[in-house]
This record gives sequence, structure tokens and C-alpha cells, in this order.
Amino acid sequence: MNELRLWPSLAILGFAAAWTLCLLIVEDQWMIWASVAVAAIAVFLIARAKVGAGLGASLNASGHLFIGLVAALVITIAAVIHDGHFQLMMLASVLIYGLVCIGLTIQFGYAGVINFAGAAFFGIGGYTAAVLGAIGIPSLLILLAGGLLAALVGGLIILPILRTRGHYSALITIAFGLLFQIFLEVNETLGGPQGLKVEGARVAGWSLLDGFSLFGYEVSFYFNYVLLAAALFTLAFVLTRNMERSWIGINLDAVREDEVGAAVFGINVVAWRIFAIMVGNFVIGIAGALFAMMQNFIAPSNFTFSDSLLMLSIIVIGGIGNLWALLPAAIIVILIPEKLQEIGEYRILIFAILVALVLRFRPDGLFPRPVRQFKAEVER
Amino acid sequence: MTLLFSSKDVTVKFGGLVAVHALSVNIHAGRITGLIGPNGSGKTTFFNAITGLCPLTSGYIALDGKDISGLAPRAVYHVGITRTFQRSRLCLSLSVFDNVMVGRQNGLQFGLMENLVRRGRFRLDLVRHHERVAALLNAFSPDLANRIFHPLHSLNMIDRRRIEVCRALIAEPKLLLLDEPSAGMTPDETREFMDDILKVRENNPQMSIIIIEHEMEVMRRVAEHCIVLNHGRKVSEGTFEQIVRDPWVQEAYLGEA
Repeated sequence: MNELRLWPSLAILGFAAAWTLCLLIVEDQWMIWASVAVAAIAVFLIARAKVGAGLGASLNASGHLFIGLVAALVITIAAVIHDGHFQLMMLASVLIYGLVCIGLTIQFGYAGVINFAGAAFFGIGGYTAAVLGAIGIPSLLILLAGGLLAALVGGLIILPILRTRGHYSALITIAFGLLFQIFLEVNETLGGPQGLKVEGARVAGWSLLDGFSLFGYEVSFYFNYVLLAAALFTLAFVLTRNMERSWIGINLDAVREDEVGAAVFGINVVAWRIFAIMVGNFVIGIAGALFAMMQNFIAPSNFTFSDSLLMLSIIVIGGIGNLWALLPAAIIVILIPEKLQEIGEYRILIFAILVALVLRFRPDGLFPRPVRQFKAEVER
Repeated sequence: MTLLFSSKDVTVKFGGLVAVHALSVNIHAGRITGLIGPNGSGKTTFFNAITGLCPLTSGYIALDGKDISGLAPRAVYHVGITRTFQRSRLCLSLSVFDNVMVGRQNGLQFGLMENLVRRGRFRLDLVRHHERVAALLNAFSPDLANRIFHPLHSLNMIDRRRIEVCRALIAEPKLLLLDEPSAGMTPDETREFMDDILKVRENNPQMSIIIIEHEMEVMRRVAEHCIVLNHGRKVSEGTFEQIVRDPWVQEAYLGEA
């Protein structure tokens, strides 16, 4: 990778981190509007200028340097905030939704299977955490169980429909999402509409629900969750990126682009779709379990159809299939509305307009997925 | 000469329409067979029947003496038949390399460990296949080999056809089906492409090719054996010199009654 591209890319990442920190900290509504405007202008200029293309190319070719850097920046932001409960919770939420969208990217971005029940599978992870946490199972095992259960349910509901065309599997995910919420509301053992309390995570005998003090600074317990979410996000990101840049990634793309062409070349289209759904749901389920542990409490109203749409809007606004776009898009969809209290009830309306604008003027998203490049690996 | 592929009384009906009617064909190993006939004479439907894309109404198809009629498309691939399409079925958003690698299903590891975790090993596999794909492309044109990581949508028609053929070749098939590869090409491009086909044959002496074509000139150059179809029936068969003497072919193609 040449130096000329590396330095501007690092500068852009640094700017993005500083900006995110500002957005988290400032409370004044006018300041927030101003920083949103600054970001919009910056993104527009970067996208127009050559540095934008340079950033895309560096991210594409960099191995795992940049994701490590992003993780380090996230932890730095969290360390600077250190005792702001709300800000740290928002940061952890952005990471958790980013994790969900890694799963949706595997499903929709790669294999082309659209999942309108993201929030329901997220909820399966969450309720798994509530039930298993109550009987004292170790937290990391609970995360794994949440992922496995979401994967299993996803595989089972999609199996009978996969031989038909794509639209039907989209319909069945909508149906499942709605059924899941009704099921939770009427099921008394799962708490009904009031929901369930969830045990906080314990890692290596250390409760993540305890704040602590370090070098004389009080640190919020949400800091722990930021660390855990950042670790899981980074791990999922690296593995998914490896998947995309492998024979599996090529096959998933082939299934999405032309299923007849794929079948004629020996690809088992149905098996790859199920694979994408299960792997994607595994990630979504883990994210749900983590979310539930952090929130300490879950209810059916956390996992509605409109939450599923919110999750999908992150990948559509960011750029379908581009993992690097997930964090910026999650900031747009999750963080900015939370900070802009003024827009409050209008947020869904604003998203609808934003998604419509993106689809009209940048149908590949704000940060479109680049063509897969093995050049760096081959020439190394 | 050994018999590689045969079809016996293959019939394909779409409702009341008989697209292919009791077609029996024998293909010997290492030969190029031309399939000629006007539009709607059942050439592509015959290819689709072979590759499992449309069901046989009756008859059977065998490769190496084994019955392969009724197999799913992906199973047909694994017994050793690959094809190109008249309207290209490449993935426009992928690179040239990725598109060719789609054809390599029979030689890749798809385990999670091999692909996600053991990246050093994956890279060795990648480098090996990169060399192979580059060599295949190079046999067609060195310029194409230089653009191995370019996105497909940046390529012109003839290069896309070449990539479709490379995708079909990388599987090392026993039988290659080319569905009107010169469609949409200029006469110059067609001539160039036919040279490529002859090169392919030279490099793969064991492989058989069935090629669908309209152009009699093309057939004269590449086909060692010709089969003429009309309304789904075989109307003539033999060497090019033999079939051009057939009165029906003369009338339909050469305008001499």
C-alpha cells in the first residue's frame, strides 16, 4: 500500500473518531445540529475528492490494520468519556447494532437473502440470555447459545420456502417477525408484555455490571460493555471480511447475482442460502444476547418489526455488502436521532426520507461496496 | 474413437409445443461438433436438457456410458459438462478472476477453517489458482490476463465471451457446450473468437465440444462433425462437406434450390 494513500486515510479515521466523541459529549441541540452539518459536508467533500477513493482502496487492501485501529479508537473514545453512563451506553449500542448488521450483510449483502425479522432473531438471542442467565450459565456460553438458537430457528423457518424464489423467503421473515412478537406477548413463562429481567454478563468471575475506579477516575460499568461489544464486533468483522475474501464469498456472490448460472457451475444454491441465513443469524443472536445483558431487562416491545426495518436501513444507507460502511451508518441511524431529542417522534419519518433519498441518488449506499480485490494478497 | 456422450430419442415438450423431437446424437471424445439450425429449431433447448435446466419429456442422455438424464444442473456439472450461454450469465459486479473461479467448484475447499481462519493456507491456494486463471486468460489474450482483477462490467463483448469460456474450462470438463458464442459479435470478432476456440481444442485434446452456430463460415472452420436441426428434428448429419450437399441445408442456408 503506498504512503500517499495511507496518511490521508489515517487522517480521515482520526477526524471521524474525534467527531464521534464530540457528538457523544455535546448536549446543546444547536451544537449537535452543527456537528451533523459538519459531518455531512465532510463526507460529501471526501467522497468527491481523490482521498475518498484512496480511503476505500486502503481499507480494501489493508489486511486487518484498519479494523484494529477502529477498535483502538472506539476504546479511546470510551476511555475519554469514562463515567458518562448514557454516552457509553449509546456507544455500546452502536457497536451492537453494527454487529447485527454484520449478520444482515452476510445474508442480504452477500447471499442476497433479505431478512425482515432481524429484530426477532435479535430477540431470540435476548430471551436466551434472560432464560439461561437465570439458571446461572456462564455469560460467554450464553452468548454462544443465543447465536446458535437464532441460527437454528432461522434455518428451520426458511428451509421449506427456499426452493422458491427470493420474494417468498422475504415474506416468511416478515411473518415470523410478527409472530415472534405476538408469541412473546402471550407467553407468560417468558414474562408476557412486561418482559423479563436479564442477569448482567460475568466474564472470568468479574461482573460487567460493576463500575470501577482506575487511576483515580470513576469508570462507568457501561465501559465494560463497550469493551465486550468492541471485541465481538472486531472478531465478527475480521472473520466476515475473511469470508468475503475467500471462495465462500465468491460463491455467495454468485448465488445472489445469478442462481441459474451458479447452479450450472455446480453451486448448491439452496445450501449456500441456508448457510448465509444461519451464519448471519448466529451473529445477530449473539448481538441480541449481549444487548439483553447490557440492558438488564427486555420486553417484546424491544423487538418489533420497525426495529427490523431500522436494522435493514443501516445496511441500505451505508452500502449493501460493505462492512466498512456499517459503523458510520449505525451512527447515522442509532446515535444521531438519540442525540437530537428535538426530532423525537419524527425519527422514523426522517429515516424513511433518508432511505428514499439514498436509494434514489446513491442506490449502492453512501459508501458502496468495492469490487473484491485479491491483488494485494497475490502480489505480496 | 471412443464414444463420450450420447442422447437417445430425447424429446422436450413445452405444453403442446415440441421443442426437441426424438433427437439421437453421438459425440466422440476430442471432437468439435457443430449444431446448426434456424431460430427455434431446438438447439438451446437441447443444451438446457443436457444441463438439467429443463426436464426431458422422454429419452435419455449418457456421458461415458452412464445415464445422466434428469440430473440437477449442479450434478451435471460434477459429472463433467460445462457450458456457456447465448445471453451471458456472468456476474457483472465481480472481477474477471472471481467470475472464472465460479467455475472451479470441483477443485476448491469450502470449509470455514480453510477460508476464514487459516489464511496463510488460503493464500497459497489463491496464488495457485491465480496462476491458473492467468494462464487460461493468457491463452486467449495477454491483454485480458493483465486485467484479471478488473470488474467485469468494464469489459467488451468478446472479452466477456472469453471469460465465459474460461469459466467453463477451468473445471476441466469432458464436454464443453458453447451456445452461439459469436452472437452479437462483428465478423472480425467472430473470426478472432473462432481462432480462440481452435486454440482451446489444441490445448485440451481429450475434451469434446458442441458448438451452436448460425454462421456457415464458422462451421466450416471449426466443426469436424455437423448436425442440422429443424423444428426439433435432426434433418442432416455428417462432415461439413456432406451436410452442405444436403438439399434442405442448401435451400435454408445457401439459397440454392
